[in-house]
Amino acid sequence: MNHERKHDEELVCSGHYACQGCGGVIAMRHALRALGPRTIVVLPACCWSVIAGPFPYSALGVPVFHAAFETGGSTASGVRAALDIQGKTDINVLAWAGDGGTFDIGLQSLSGAVERNENIIYSCYDNEAYMNTGIQRSSATPLRTWTTTTPDLYPKETPKKDIVQILAGHKIPYVATTSIGFPDDLRAKFEKAKSIAGTKFLHVLSPCPPGWKYSSELTVSVARLATHCKVFPIYEVFDGEHYVINVEPEGKPVTEYLAMQGRFAHLTKRQTDEIQARVDYDWEHLLHKAMLEKFEFHEG
Amino acid sequence: MKKVIMGNHAVSHAVMLAGAEVIAAYPITPQTQIVEELSNMCAEGRLKAKFIKVESEHSAMACCIGASAAGSRAFTATSSQGLALMHELLHWAAGARTPVVLAEVNRALAPGWNIWADQSDALAQRDTGWLQFYCTSNQEILDSILIAFRVAEMVSLPAMVVYDAFYLSHTYEAVDIPDRQLVDRFLPPYKPEVKLDVEKPKAFGSLTTPEYYMEMRHKIEEATERVHELLPQVYAEFHNIFGRRYDVLEGYRCDDADLLLVTSGTVSSTARIVIDKLREAGKRVGRLNIRLFRPFPARPLREALRGYKKVAVLDRNISFGQGGIFAQELRAALCNEKEKPQVFGFIAGLGGRDITPAAIEEVIATADKLDEPAREIEWIGLKA
Repeated sequence: MNHERKHDEELVCSGHYACQGCGGVIAMRHALRALGPRTIVVLPACCWSVIAGPFPYSALGVPVFHAAFETGGSTASGVRAALDIQGKTDINVLAWAGDGGTFDIGLQSLSGAVERNENIIYSCYDNEAYMNTGIQRSSATPLRTWTTTTPDLYPKETPKKDIVQILAGHKIPYVATTSIGFPDDLRAKFEKAKSIAGTKFLHVLSPCPPGWKYSSELTVSVARLATHCKVFPIYEVFDGEHYVINVEPEGKPVTEYLAMQGRFAHLTKRQTDEIQARVDYDWEHLLHKAMLEKFEFHEG
Repeated sequence: MKKVIMGNHAVSHAVMLAGAEVIAAYPITPQTQIVEELSNMCAEGRLKAKFIKVESEHSAMACCIGASAAGSRAFTATSSQGLALMHELLHWAAGARTPVVLAEVNRALAPGWNIWADQSDALAQRDTGWLQFYCTSNQEILDSILIAFRVAEMVSLPAMVVYDAFYLSHTYEAVDIPDRQLVDRFLPPYKPEVKLDVEKPKAFGSLTTPEYYMEMRHKIEEATERVHELLPQVYAEFHNIFGRRYDVLEGYRCDDADLLLVTSGTVSSTARIVIDKLREAGKRVGRLNIRLFRPFPARPLREALRGYKKVAVLDRNISFGQGGIFAQELRAALCNEKEKPQVFGFIAGLGGRDITPAAIEEVIATADKLDEPAREIEWIGLKA
């Protein structure tokens, strides 16, 4: 990883409206430093609708278009089309959505944009629930997690939706996971996304102190543990088929990750064992995919 | 150049002449031919636009909003369920002040499935902040699209051009397709004052506190009202360039009438025949066609109806629990007048049932024989 950083512009300003320790702000800061000022942000409803600041202020040094909740993919497609017809093909269009806007309500328009292979970067900063409305479960919420709509006595019964596999299934040029715990990886991936034509999907793990119930100074530590415990592996998928794992997890037990967060405080031994088994299986599955040869078509 | 074309293709030609830059659309009967033809025009290079083949009408409107905000002229077309699905984003387009133009082919809403003419779909969107123009012929469809782009961009508000399924969408009529140079004289390129611009980064549609929200809504209302001032000028310019004259209201044999029939859409054409027949029989009746529905032409209507004793409003739509929507709005426009006509409300032709000359005669005869309405809504041609 290249640790020599160019002097690049800070495009997230102070005075934004995020909570202390917000992973989503760290994600945006690094993403925009990688993409630069020739970027237009399309912002469907998410925490960032608030973080970006109220009229007449803006916490971002690039143009922002606030869009309806389920229109990240479609509004960005329209902006892209307009820029292209005006010959402004060098401008990045960045759709920046939360997990609700990506995994749930925005999945249809995202799938539409992705299937058309629109030349946009779609980034989901994933805090694993509807945090802006006060911690309700989304389909990105992990198995057995507490949220206000999956209370302790009835925690989430189903696993987190595998959004990467859904996106990879569209065979777009670039799908990658990254995390605010690994900012070099995050920036490198946004830089890479900038240079690839077609749809780029970046799934960014963005821990949330009030939603995950940990102390706000631990955001980066929590994010790093998610990867080192293999809960959130960091990898790329090229053309929907070629998998490359970018960070070698230290292979810590999931209990270390779970124990840091109040949203898992209710878990029984049996439940943590189940989560560990699921994480181990998914990691093996990913390893298998990463070992497959790249698809090539040989004529004749 | 005159060509015999269907109403849907009149839209396609107008959109091409207007030089739309981004088109996003999803198929739905009876609209589909509009965008099929536009897709051909783009493929053949006759229209230099980006055609986005979206996965839903909701996304079609989102694309148009994004494109318009980024400074390009955007167009879409839909009907019925498609328009209903767009509802949230119709509000968004107006709130974002994006002058998107939409061709809306009136079709009944399900269930039961019905693809035929009914104005309830478009009229249900009356509070979304869109300008609405209603058409009675294929020529008027083509002209209204050009006018819609012009006015929408003058006031930074979206506009829909509305016409009946099949009676116009699939019916072939002779249409004068103007030369590009004439259209260019009428419709300047779209150059919005503010747009998404990396050189001048701004936030659009940010969180707006009670401190500002109301003023923003007031500005939308002001812009909407400004259409009343601008439209006569635009119609005059249109007449100068193309030789065809329009107005927000179109009267037919209204002078000295004892009873005025108020209609919109294709019924207005059928009604002319009935008026002629009744006039020949010595009945003093006239017909008033409403072309502009949003903003509602309350003042022109009050002036046009001044002195008349009876008005019969024929609605091909229903707002359940309140009746026909044109009747409702017309009554509201008249309510503070000292001398006002009796307003009779009629519902006919829902879900594409033909509104025949006989049905229109029945409307007129019913209003003619009563001094005041017997009930809020009269249904015409209802089976027992």
